[in-house]
Amino acid sequence: MRTAWIALGLASVFVATFALAQGAADKRRSGYQDMGEALQKMQDDDTANPGMLFVQLGEQLFGRPAGAANKSCADCHGAGSMKGVAARYPAIPKDADKPVDLEGRINLCRTANQRAEPLAPESRDLLSLEAYVAFQSRGQPIAPPSDPRLAPFRAQGAEIYRRRQGQLNLSCAICHDDNAGKKLAGVTIPQAHPTGYPIYRLEWQALGSLKRRLRNCLIGLRAEAYAYDAPEYVALELYLMDRAKGMLLEAPGVRP
Amino acid sequence: MVRAGPLAVLLALAAPAAWAQQGPRDVVVVEGDAIPEPLATRPGDAARGRAIVANRSVGLCLLCHSGPIPEERFQGTLAPSLAGAGARWSVGQLRLRIVDGARLNPDTIMPPYYRTTGLRRVARTFEGKTILTAEQVEDVVAYLATLKE
Repeated sequence: MRTAWIALGLASVFVATFALAQGAADKRRSGYQDMGEALQKMQDDDTANPGMLFVQLGEQLFGRPAGAANKSCADCHGAGSMKGVAARYPAIPKDADKPVDLEGRINLCRTANQRAEPLAPESRDLLSLEAYVAFQSRGQPIAPPSDPRLAPFRAQGAEIYRRRQGQLNLSCAICHDDNAGKKLAGVTIPQAHPTGYPIYRLEWQALGSLKRRLRNCLIGLRAEAYAYDAPEYVALELYLMDRAKGMLLEAPGVRP
Repeated sequence: MVRAGPLAVLLALAAPAAWAQQGPRDVVVVEGDAIPEPLATRPGDAARGRAIVANRSVGLCLLCHSGPIPEERFQGTLAPSLAGAGARWSVGQLRLRIVDGARLNPDTIMPPYYRTTGLRRVARTFEGKTILTAEQVEDVVAYLATLKE
């Protein structure tokens, strides 16, 4: 019996050491760690974080009946039921064969369950609902679903991430894997982990989605940005979320 | 640019003496690791070249490189400093590195400033256009050649 306890004790020491070693070996950084202290404070303080205004608006919209069904989100999804949801999207909805991201999922609920018009990409209402849902996963580790059907889509995302594009002939990986931490025109290149979306970006003076951010990069490469409803974004999001697996969500994030 | 030597030899073997690339308006002849002949008839102007290098939306150079252009405070650290470029490279070598650095190192992150082929999903606004014109390449070459230290 005593031996068993010692073995258990040793095992837990090993597990703890291993976890520590894992933590130390994990070189992944959220964009939060690369920005100045003033912006970090702005994100951390709910009364200063502009994204929180959208979370409040999202909460109102969540409880407001919409569409021919005259149902609100809250009629089906009770208080707190959205916890962890943003941490695992994109995912394949029930009875579907293709993944959707969180915005896609919100619009699917609108059209199928509320029988309402889908909300326009980057519209205030869509971003607010997304912010409200994502806020409920704040502090949760990113946890992509193990659904094997996602594998080919994720692989497509990885391929796009490594593909050179545009007149400048650069890939996402060239900047965000090979040169992260270096300065692009004086600005630290982040590792591109989607930890804070939707984010309030000072450059935009607005809340925006990961898609909007991806489009910014594509335009920077002088590449033709995909249409907002293109499956390429969902594939990239799947890959990026998998790459950031275990990192903590910060939504709504603030970024320069 | 350690790989430049062997690759240049390979190119020379593949295409005897010289090899030609169809640019948007000129035939560009590469010899070894250099383009000896100017791309444009108008000679390059170092002052214009400096302005192109400093401009974040024209030359884009300082996004990745730093250089002796103190009035531009925000410079890049992804690529070597441009200081001393004129001492490290001949005019012809500078020209090839700007025109299409991938000829020397296929993994280079240096954008091809005077190539329109072999690119994917180029935005419509830029389709069929080079990043710099032949004259602008010559201006930048003329400027970089003055950076001796």
